[in-house]
Amino acid sequence: MESSKAKTLFEKIWDAHLVHRQEGHPDLLYIDRHFIHEVTSPQAFDGLRRRGLPVYRPTQTIATADHNVPTKNQHLPIQEPLSKFQVDTLTRNCKEFGLDLYGLGHEKQGIVHVIGPELGISLPGMTMVCGDSHTATHGALGSIAFGIGTSEVEQVLATQAILQSKPKTMKIQIDGTLSRGVLSKDIILYIIAQISASGGTGYFVEYCGSAIRNLSMEARMTICNMSIEMGARGGLIAPDQITFDYIKDRQFTPKGEEWEKAMTYWETLYSDQDAKFDKEYHFKAEAIQPMITYGTNPGMGIGIQENIPEVALNSSAEEMAKSLNYMGLTGQQTLIGKKIDYVFIGSCTNSRIEDLRIVADFVRGKQKAADVEVWIVPGSKKVESQAIAEGLDKVFTNAGFDLRQPGCSACLAMNEDKVPAGKYCVSTSNRNFEGRQGQGARTFLVSPLMAAAAAVKGEICDVRELLEPALATI
Amino acid sequence: MEIIKSTIVPLPLENVDTDQIIPARFLKSTSREGFGENLFRDWRYNKNTGEKVADFVLNAGIYTGDILVAGKNFGCGSSREHAAWAINDYGFKVVISSFFADIFKNNALNNQILPLKVSDKILDKIFNGVEKNPNLEVTVDIPNQTLSIPEIGITEHFEIGKYKKRCLINNYDDIDYILSLTKEIEVYEESRVVM
Repeated sequence: MESSKAKTLFEKIWDAHLVHRQEGHPDLLYIDRHFIHEVTSPQAFDGLRRRGLPVYRPTQTIATADHNVPTKNQHLPIQEPLSKFQVDTLTRNCKEFGLDLYGLGHEKQGIVHVIGPELGISLPGMTMVCGDSHTATHGALGSIAFGIGTSEVEQVLATQAILQSKPKTMKIQIDGTLSRGVLSKDIILYIIAQISASGGTGYFVEYCGSAIRNLSMEARMTICNMSIEMGARGGLIAPDQITFDYIKDRQFTPKGEEWEKAMTYWETLYSDQDAKFDKEYHFKAEAIQPMITYGTNPGMGIGIQENIPEVALNSSAEEMAKSLNYMGLTGQQTLIGKKIDYVFIGSCTNSRIEDLRIVADFVRGKQKAADVEVWIVPGSKKVESQAIAEGLDKVFTNAGFDLRQPGCSACLAMNEDKVPAGKYCVSTSNRNFEGRQGQGARTFLVSPLMAAAAAVKGEICDVRELLEPALATI
Repeated sequence: MEIIKSTIVPLPLENVDTDQIIPARFLKSTSREGFGENLFRDWRYNKNTGEKVADFVLNAGIYTGDILVAGKNFGCGSSREHAAWAINDYGFKVVISSFFADIFKNNALNNQILPLKVSDKILDKIFNGVEKNPNLEVTVDIPNQTLSIPEIGITEHFEIGKYKKRCLINNYDDIDYILSLTKEIEVYEESRVVM
């Protein structure tokens, strides 16, 4: 019997959202929350118009403008005509179909994966989708969240349901205590380096173990966010007291009796003891050093004290050579001491208030290196105003960092925040693909702390050598 | 779409991500059309001069056809369906690889592109075969789920779900199918835990 069998957390949530199952067909899954943005939604609205369909459940779709917005002068009209048209199209579509839009200038605007949890829209036990592969971020709350294409955005707009084949389940357990200077970003970069950029394809991951349990909610989001970088459909973490404390009293979180009712469901959200996963990995937190990528996929990562390997896991010698050639690197060397040109601190991976606080604590009283440009881009208007309220803006300005306005920015360089060709950028974002941060741009992925250290030194360095004893909390 | 007979275009690279298939700066369009001209843009054109990179496979003039053959983990990275639109608009109907990223696979099927998975061994055999003969004839038979390349002795069965196969052959669309289940969705909504 389906219901009496020991289940993983993923299976519990999936089964609770199953609308229809038919042999030879993908499952029809109900979607609790749908996030949309300006880049992957216009063609879906065109589809609805062509079919003469309304949005089926308009209160369950939330829109924001983030991918293609400037991060300077957001109060002025967008200058680039195509970007302006795309953002205006979202506004028109939301109006026509009756959807809530947190557009540019709105106090709730921000990167879609930052605002969902921050507003209490994303909650444990939910199914959530968005036309963006980093939707897995919301899995940190203990939910099934995954990225979809535009045809699927149209499906969800039209029916509040989606056809999906059920992925296999993977457990990744990390036990132990993180060393000083090692953040959750390092955990996920380490995992991806261990299992490769394709090692999670076909799976939905549950992260567990004492090292995960001890992480804050925002640190957990960083981990789930990058599940897609190993090819996984998504990643989730069972909710616990840290989760409930985080969501309580947020704007859209249930209150009073509704909260109690929701808690009875949320307290069932864990993998049963005898539940079987299709694949399992176990890692030790103590083995993780501050990480950095050297190549052009997120699996090409090393501990900062290591040398570039001969060949990355699941890569060929050809791919490795092509990557290193693009990066202007030669094999089997250390990256320590490598001069850099740009530092980008932001993206749905690392642009939350905790990330900004970690960076501010490190750079307080320090200066960026003279020949490095540093962009720090908060994930949302709320993060931005909180940073200002805490005086972090002054810390950044005094350090010579350029604090910009919320958006996806140089993570995908759709707006004008582009790293020039051939230049090196140390980045807290999630992808080091060729051209990702601008045509010919070369990306090193790191944690916010490693990025801050590189900004100060003007070269790649091991942040642990710069940590003052007083910063014992980092 | 039932039977595709064509020569093939080989791209023997692993981990081809959707940023390479269609770079983010071309995602500003609000329509589905016209992405083909920017397919593999930064491999296809010199970034300084804008001229075609002569030895890139789409420019070299040696290989043509409706079938793209690429290394494992094709379509990884971003969920942008623009990647599938670009491949479709350029004229490819089938992509053969030993491994597809999940979201790309869905996007391809939703755009009448067949992502055809073969083993690493067969993939190598195809790459070797087409290197020797750029005019290698390939037949993809969707109703019978077979890939055949007689010249190099390949006749392979490939997997595709019953439902998606029917969609591909008849040009059906998921939304029509889901709309036929509206009653089930309403029944589900009455019983679900509302938060």
